[in-house]
Amino acid sequence: MSGEAQTSWLGRLNIDSLSIWRAIENPSVSEFVGAGAALVAIFGGIGALVLITWLRAWGTLWRDWLTSTDHKKIGVMYCVLALVMLLRGVIEGVVMRTQQAFGMGGGFLAPEHFSELFSTHGTIMIFFVAMPFIIGITNYVMPLQLGARDMSFPVLNQISLALTATGAALVMISLVLGEFATGGWTNYPPYTGKDFQPGPGPDYWIWAIVLSGLGTTLTGINFAVTLYKERAPGMTLFRMPIFCWTVLCASIVMIFALPPLTLAALMLAADRYLDFHFFTNDLGGNMMNYVNLFWLFGHPEVYLLVIPAYGVFSEVVPTFSGKRLYGYNSMVYATMAIAVLSFCVWLHHFFTMGQSANVNIAFGIASMAIAVPTGVKIYNWVATMYRARIRMTVPMIYATGFFFLFTIGGLTGVMLANPVISYQVHNTLFLVAHFHNVLIPGVLFGIFAGYHFWFPKVFGFRLEERWGKRAACLWVVGFCFTFLPLYALGLMGMPRRSVMWDDPAFQPFMWLALVGALTILSAVTALGIQLWVSVRNRAATACPLGDPWNGRTLEWSIPSPPPPYNFAQVPQVRTRDDFTDAKATGRAYQPLSAYEDIEMPRNTAIGMIVLIGSTLLGLALIFWIWWLAIVSVGVMLTALIGRTFWLNTTYTIPAEEIARDHQAWLAEVHAAQRITRAEETQAANRGRAALELPQGVSV
Amino acid sequence: MTQPNAKLHPGLNLGHHHGEAHNQAETVVFGFWVFLMSDLILFGLTFASYITLANNMGMASGPTPADIIDLVNVFAQTVLLLVSSLTFGVASLTMRHKMPAKVTIAWLGLSLVLGLAFLGLAALDFLNMANQGAVPSRSGYLSGLWSLVGLHAVHVTAGCFWIMIMIAQIAVLGLHPIVKSRVLRLGLFWHFLDIVWIGIFSIVYLGGLL
Repeated sequence: MSGEAQTSWLGRLNIDSLSIWRAIENPSVSEFVGAGAALVAIFGGIGALVLITWLRAWGTLWRDWLTSTDHKKIGVMYCVLALVMLLRGVIEGVVMRTQQAFGMGGGFLAPEHFSELFSTHGTIMIFFVAMPFIIGITNYVMPLQLGARDMSFPVLNQISLALTATGAALVMISLVLGEFATGGWTNYPPYTGKDFQPGPGPDYWIWAIVLSGLGTTLTGINFAVTLYKERAPGMTLFRMPIFCWTVLCASIVMIFALPPLTLAALMLAADRYLDFHFFTNDLGGNMMNYVNLFWLFGHPEVYLLVIPAYGVFSEVVPTFSGKRLYGYNSMVYATMAIAVLSFCVWLHHFFTMGQSANVNIAFGIASMAIAVPTGVKIYNWVATMYRARIRMTVPMIYATGFFFLFTIGGLTGVMLANPVISYQVHNTLFLVAHFHNVLIPGVLFGIFAGYHFWFPKVFGFRLEERWGKRAACLWVVGFCFTFLPLYALGLMGMPRRSVMWDDPAFQPFMWLALVGALTILSAVTALGIQLWVSVRNRAATACPLGDPWNGRTLEWSIPSPPPPYNFAQVPQVRTRDDFTDAKATGRAYQPLSAYEDIEMPRNTAIGMIVLIGSTLLGLALIFWIWWLAIVSVGVMLTALIGRTFWLNTTYTIPAEEIARDHQAWLAEVHAAQRITRAEETQAANRGRAALELPQGVSV
Repeated sequence: MTQPNAKLHPGLNLGHHHGEAHNQAETVVFGFWVFLMSDLILFGLTFASYITLANNMGMASGPTPADIIDLVNVFAQTVLLLVSSLTFGVASLTMRHKMPAKVTIAWLGLSLVLGLAFLGLAALDFLNMANQGAVPSRSGYLSGLWSLVGLHAVHVTAGCFWIMIMIAQIAVLGLHPIVKSRVLRLGLFWHFLDIVWIGIFSIVYLGGLL
């Protein structure tokens, strides 16, 4: 292929590919940081294997999780993947802030190492934290809210997870073997072309993005089809919980916005591997095509992430305000408007790249227009809380932080949408402050609110409140300290992605940002402690009856954790917020007259075959090990095609078993004490809620 | 609830007389339409990239459309692919009207042969271009052309394998409900590739010679 002669059967993989070896050969602080990260990755991996073996959990792990086609298990695995990657992403952020705090005239990291850090940090946070977390929560919650038994395509769901995990695995392996790209998460050519970066770095990015992007596209199809075809009888589109509407918008974005990314990455691969000239400087290439394709994906992408987060807040705010959501219809139209507008604004990511002023103005106006439907949403949430008896639980702390901070982020977005201002602050830390200001209070706070809100549904016990509140407050404070100073630095002219700087005026802001980064690190630690404490005290916070928060939608009408088939009988939906209505009218917790056998998809190992096969394929392509690429594609195709000859893909859960479990649960529910909202966070809350409605309101 | 003759999904339905197979097809065929929409975006953007590269700058003093386009070959490819779409349509109808599985297999086989002939001519065309030095590493324009036509050819190749697999499945499993729905989806895929090819023929070949 291109360039170097290769003789080894391992392609271009050799001893110098090992980052630890490089640190031994050229000892320096920067190399030691890299080697340390590699050691953490290796020992983390080995530690996990040892722990599983020690717990004798391989059988359970394989049967109940890795081969499961249950949307709930797959959702949890997505979230676990996202949490692991979040750890790495946050640590990288802290290392970068430390470097910049000491960056006047030097610092301790080599420039290439710093570039790798901001490239992996961005790639990980977008593709392997935010996306899998949102997809994981959706996977778990959306079918339950619809009254469905599973997704439309359970096996496809498993394969999507496998492809996402492949991408994450490749990014993790890049710590140990070779190096990652230094071109940022956007990986713009021609800098990432083979003329300037012949090594494996950009190839890691390409194959992590292509493989996980394929998985996300398939997820989008799965979500959309589930939303259109699997709704329970009576669940019309306008009776769906708002979270489901936001998922519908997000899945439409996944279906239409992921192909541009996949295509851009594949074209870059063609340039690098096959000497094509899409984005090269010479022979007719045009790098502007890459930038357009990338942001044709990239802008809808951020709405793909934040729209479901809006959905989470739209569930959390009414539940903890004890009121129905204000302005349901306007919320739906606002969400749809944002999803449509998200495809009309991509050019605002490169106002300075030389198109005419009129084009810039058109895209600037379109970008500002997004603030209108977003404003509608904020007012709807605030109006929902107006005169409500608000319970300041952990999700509500995140929601409150979101309202204030996200509004600031949105306003700086309107500033950046003005091409004139964009020219001034282009490529400065102002931009970095802006997108963290929308992604952390918007997406991440939404994710954490959802994590606390639905955790008891998933595991049957509540998360500990005290550590949760500490973590939430630390996140809010940590965010403010880390990113608000960056606005000032940006306005003072500090370029983004700078490994070092020389203006002493920057120093105080750098210290503030470092304090903020350490606060965020402690917030993550608090989340870890909270999880540990919660698991240890799970007997005291158990709520197996399923409705700890006086919930409004169908997912709260079933036991926690829900049985594999979700609903003993597919519910008949009569109205919006159907479970609240059911509790008010006495329809809830009624015995069933008859039970039926339920057919569910069997476990399958196909996802694991795809995971291992595509990870090996990725490595083979990155290190030019062509025989391995052929073998892994062959194995995956044989398995995928072979499976289609297998017709026995479901199993039947007998009606007696369903009846026994359901009746036992109902008996427990009827025997249980009804908990008022004042006792919500106490041990007495086992998941049977007393219905409390606002004064003078029937439902 | 639904009318006996109501369509459950866009495109050719198996029909009520297929019972459960008809009902089961609803979700998967709808899902496949959604997949095709996504795939169409991929093609649409490949077209867009091609169009931005098909100019003097993109050709970088290399071969121009007039140098490399063999319209006779391309016209023959077009005829083969369009006829294969027709024969596939007949295969779908034989299945819908519950004719013997052999008949369906025969029409599928004929579509396969036409598809393979298309690929043969496409390979010949690529070979001729390569012999003239019109390879993708020569210019942005040629990169765009090879990737667009190549992406379509990769799809047709996948379609040919899929036809082979379906012939094998009809032979081994018979016209089981899931097999029928797979043939329906393969039909959508095959006709979709026809539509894309008409775009390629008009924009890349006729447009290139204008």
